[in-house]
Amino acid sequence: MRPRLATVWLDGCSGCHMSLLDMDERLLDVATRYELVYSPLIDAKEFPDNVDVTLVEGAVSTEADLAKIRKIRGRTRTLVSLGDCAVTGNIPALRNLLPPGEALAVYDHPPRSEVPALRHVQPVHQVVPVELHLPGCPPSADAIHEVLIALLEGRAPDVRGARFGN
Amino acid sequence: MTTPDELGDLAERAREADAVYCERLRVCTAASCLSSGGAAVEAALAAEIAARGLGERCQVKPVGCLGLCSQGPIVAVETLAGEGRAEHLVPRMQPDEAAAVVERMAAELPPERSIAADIPFFSRQQRIVTANCGRIDPNRIEDALAVGGYEALLHALHEMTPAEVLDEVHRSGLRGRGGAGYPTGLKWRTVAKAAGAQKYVICNADEGDPGAYMDRSVLESDPHRVIEGMAIGAYAVGASEGYVYVRAEYQLAIERLKAAIRQADRLGLLGSAMGGTSFRFHVEVRIGAGAYVCGEETALLASIEGGRGTPRPRPPYPAETGLFGMPTLINNVETWANVPPIVRRGGEWFASIGTERSKGTKVFALAGKVVNNGLVEVPMGTPLREMIFELGGGIPDGAAFKAVQTGGPSGGCIPAEHLDAPVDYETLTQLGSIMGSGGMIVMDEHDCMVDVAKFFMGFCRDESCGKCVPCRVGTVELHHLLEALARGSASERDLALLEELCDLVRHTSLCGLGQSAPNPVLSTLRYFRDEYRAHLAGRCPAGVCAASARSEAAQ
Amino acid sequence: MSVCTLFVDGREVSAGAGETLLEVLRENGIDVPTLCNLEGLSAVGACRMCLVAVKGQGRLMPACTTRVWDHMEVTTHDERLDRYRRGVLELLFAERNHVCSVCVASGHCELQSLAAQLGMDHVRFDYLHPPLAVDASHPRFAIDHNRCILCTRCVRVCDEIEGAHTWDVAGRGVKAWVVTDLAEPWGESSTCTSCGKCVQVCPTGSLFVKGHAVGEMEKRTAFLPYLARRRKGTP
Repeated sequence: MRPRLATVWLDGCSGCHMSLLDMDERLLDVATRYELVYSPLIDAKEFPDNVDVTLVEGAVSTEADLAKIRKIRGRTRTLVSLGDCAVTGNIPALRNLLPPGEALAVYDHPPRSEVPALRHVQPVHQVVPVELHLPGCPPSADAIHEVLIALLEGRAPDVRGARFGN
Repeated sequence: MTTPDELGDLAERAREADAVYCERLRVCTAASCLSSGGAAVEAALAAEIAARGLGERCQVKPVGCLGLCSQGPIVAVETLAGEGRAEHLVPRMQPDEAAAVVERMAAELPPERSIAADIPFFSRQQRIVTANCGRIDPNRIEDALAVGGYEALLHALHEMTPAEVLDEVHRSGLRGRGGAGYPTGLKWRTVAKAAGAQKYVICNADEGDPGAYMDRSVLESDPHRVIEGMAIGAYAVGASEGYVYVRAEYQLAIERLKAAIRQADRLGLLGSAMGGTSFRFHVEVRIGAGAYVCGEETALLASIEGGRGTPRPRPPYPAETGLFGMPTLINNVETWANVPPIVRRGGEWFASIGTERSKGTKVFALAGKVVNNGLVEVPMGTPLREMIFELGGGIPDGAAFKAVQTGGPSGGCIPAEHLDAPVDYETLTQLGSIMGSGGMIVMDEHDCMVDVAKFFMGFCRDESCGKCVPCRVGTVELHHLLEALARGSASERDLALLEELCDLVRHTSLCGLGQSAPNPVLSTLRYFRDEYRAHLAGRCPAGVCAASARSEAAQ
Repeated sequence: MSVCTLFVDGREVSAGAGETLLEVLRENGIDVPTLCNLEGLSAVGACRMCLVAVKGQGRLMPACTTRVWDHMEVTTHDERLDRYRRGVLELLFAERNHVCSVCVASGHCELQSLAAQLGMDHVRFDYLHPPLAVDASHPRFAIDHNRCILCTRCVRVCDEIEGAHTWDVAGRGVKAWVVTDLAEPWGESSTCTSCGKCVQVCPTGSLFVKGHAVGEMEKRTAFLPYLARRRKGTP
C-alpha cells in the first residue's frame, strides 16, 4: 500500500503549493509512490483518517485554522511545516505587531462582519506538535521533493540548503 | 603624619573621653533605623538628657547598625558603672518614650520594654567584621581609633614587608565574600606579581541582591575599617590608587565613607607619606548609576573608566589587566573589612575560626519568614537550622518552614531536608545554591517555588545588560515560560524547554549574571519538582499563582 | 615563547603566541561560526556563536577573545556546542522581527545563512515582537531596529575605524538598542560623516542603503582589514 499524503493550506499565499507543483516531471514519480488523499489540488471535502504525511502551508491565523490543524494533527502520523508561514508565522504574523483590527486598514473594502481571527498569528508548531520543518518562502521544489522521498525511504531529509526567506 | 606612637596617644585620649560616662544611650543611625525615625529618637533622648542635667554622666551616641533591623529604631541602653556593665535594647523606640527610658535608666532600672542583649540572635554571633557596628560613631575617626582602628595599617607599614602581609592574608584562608569565594591571598599574590607601572585596588560596594544589605551596613557603621583594609591591600600589592565603587542608592554610606576618607587624610592615614613612611595611597569614591551588573568586576571596571557598564570575557583577569589596563585588586566590602583583624591578630587566629575550607565568619542578612529579621555574623559552618531557628527565632505564626534562599538571584532554594547542612562555600554549592554575598531569605508553606523562581528571573531579565544574546533574550524567554507555568497554561513540552533553556543560558552567557540566572529555577526544580508538576495540572499548591485560581474556578 | 602548538579537534596546529584562538582557527581553515566578530574590529565576545570547549577550563570560551596558549586542547564542534549555537540563534530569531522574506538583505544576511548552515529550522520560543521603529531620517541610509541583533559592529567600526563614535548602545537587557549621538534621529546627527561603514559591516538587513528592495542589499566588508592595518600604521 502506498503511503497516504495530504497537503493543506492555512494562512499563506499558496506559493508553497506552487513550489510543490514546480517539481515538474518528478510529480509523476511522487504521484505513483504516494496516494494523494487530500489537497487544495484535488477534490476531497473532508480531511480523511489515517494520513501518513501531511504538508502544511500557512500560519494559524483564525479559529477555523486552529480547529483544522488540530483535527489534521489527530489524523496524521508525520506533520510537515511547509514554508515560512507555517514555520515562523512570516507575513501573516506581521499583524501581531499592530493593535487588534488595525491590519484591516490595508483593505479598500474591509469586511463588514467580524473576522474570527486569533489575536496572535502562530506558527504551526506553537499550536500542535510538528515532526519536520522546511523553511523557505517558498521552499524550493528540490527541497520539497527531498523531504517527500526521504520520508518514503525512512531517512532524515538532507535540506541544508533550505533557509528562511527566499 | 601620624606615627604609631601618635596614633596610640590619639586612641588613648578617645578612650579616656568615653570612660567618663556612667551610662550610654546608643541610637542606631544606620539607614533602616533612620528611615523608621531614628534621628527623632536621638534628638528626643539628647534633649531629655540635657533637660535633666545628666550630660556629665550619660552620653547619647549615634552609632551604626545594631543588627535587629526589623525592630528599628533601636536604642541600646548601656550601664557602665555600679553592678557592672549591663545592656538592654529598646525596640521600635518612639521619641515620646524618651522621658520614660531616661527616667528608668537614672533609677538604675532596665527599660520597661526591652530585649535582652543575650538572646541567641546576639549571643550566637561571632563578630569580626561587624565588631564595631552599633558600638562606635561612624562619623568620628576618634571612635574608630579608640577601638584599634588603623593600628593594623601602621603595624603593616612599619613592621611588615608587603610579602609578610601577603603571607598573613594567605595563611588566614580568607576567601572573597562577594559571591565567588576565590581565595583572597591568591588573588593578592597575583596582583603583587603582575607587572605594571600603576596598580589599583578597588572596593566593590555595588551590593545589589534583593534583600541583602551587609555591605551597606558595614559602610554606614564602620567605614574606617574598610578604608584601612584597602590601604593594607594597596601596600601589599604595590598600589597607590584606590576606588570604592558604591551604588548611588547608598547615599548615607557614600556620605559617611567620604567623611571617613577626609578624616583619615587629615590624620595622614591616607594620602602621601602615610603614617610617617614613604608609602602613599589615595582613595576615591565612584558612584554607580543603578545597574546590578556593575557588581560584576569587569563591568565595574568599565563603569569606573567612564564607559557603559557591561562585562567583558575573562581572561584576561583584572589581576593582570584591570582598571585602565593595569593590574587591579578587587575585593568586596566584607572581604576588605576582614583584613585589619587578620593583620592585627594573625592569619592563624583567623584560620582557627570556621571550617576546613571556609575560614572566618560570614555576615548574613536574615530576611523573609523568620521572626528576627536583621544582620547576623556567624562562624562559617554554622548549620542553617541554627541560623533560622535559633538566631532567627524560627518561622512566625507557627507556619511550616519550606525553603531558604541563599545567594540572591544567582543562588538557589534549600529545602528542609538539608537544614542541618553547614553554611560554607562547598556545601552550599553542592546543594545547588551558593554562598553569594550573604542574602538569606526564609520561605514558609505559603510561598510558591514557581513564583519565587519567576521573581528572581524577572530580576535577572531587568538587570541583564543586553550585551550577550543568551542572557539578554534567554532570561526573557525563561520568564515567559515561568509565567505560563504560573498561569497554569504550560505543557510538558514547556517544562522540557524550560530545562533546556536553563542549560543554554547557564553555559553560554558571558558573565556571572547570565551564567547563574537559571540557578533559582534549577534548584527549585531539583527540590520542588512536584510543585512544578502541580502547576502543569493547573494547581498552585501554595495558592499563590493564578494557576490555583483557575483550578478553583473549574471546580 | 613565540610559537605554540595547539590540538584542535584532535589535530595539531601551530600558532603565534598572542594570537586569538579564532585567528588560528581561521588560518587553519577550521570553521567556527561568528556574528559579532569581524576582522578589523576589536573582539567583544557578545554573540556566543564561537564558543568552544577548552580542556581543563570549567567554562566554554569564546574563540574571538581567547588568546592561545601552548598545548591548548580545543574542541570546536560536538553535539553540545552545535546545539548551543542553534539555541542562541533561536533566541536571536525570537527576539525581534527577522522576517527574511521581506528583508532587503535576504540572501546576503549572515544571520539567515548561519541558521541554514547550522540547521536552525524553527524557533520554539515565544516571538517577542517588540514594536520598534525604522529611522529613515538620514538622506542615504536607514536603520530598521527590527532586524538588529545588537552585535555592535556599527558601534565599533564608527568608533575604531571612522573615529566618529556616532553609534552607541542605549538601554539595557532586551530593551537595549543602538542609537546615533544621544538617541537623536540619524539624519540630525552632528557627528555622522555619512561614510556608510556601519551599513557595510552590519551582518543583517538592519542597516541598509536606501532604494534597495527585498534581497538587493549586499554588504561589502573587504575594506575593513586594510583600513584597520592602515590605522595602526602597518601597510
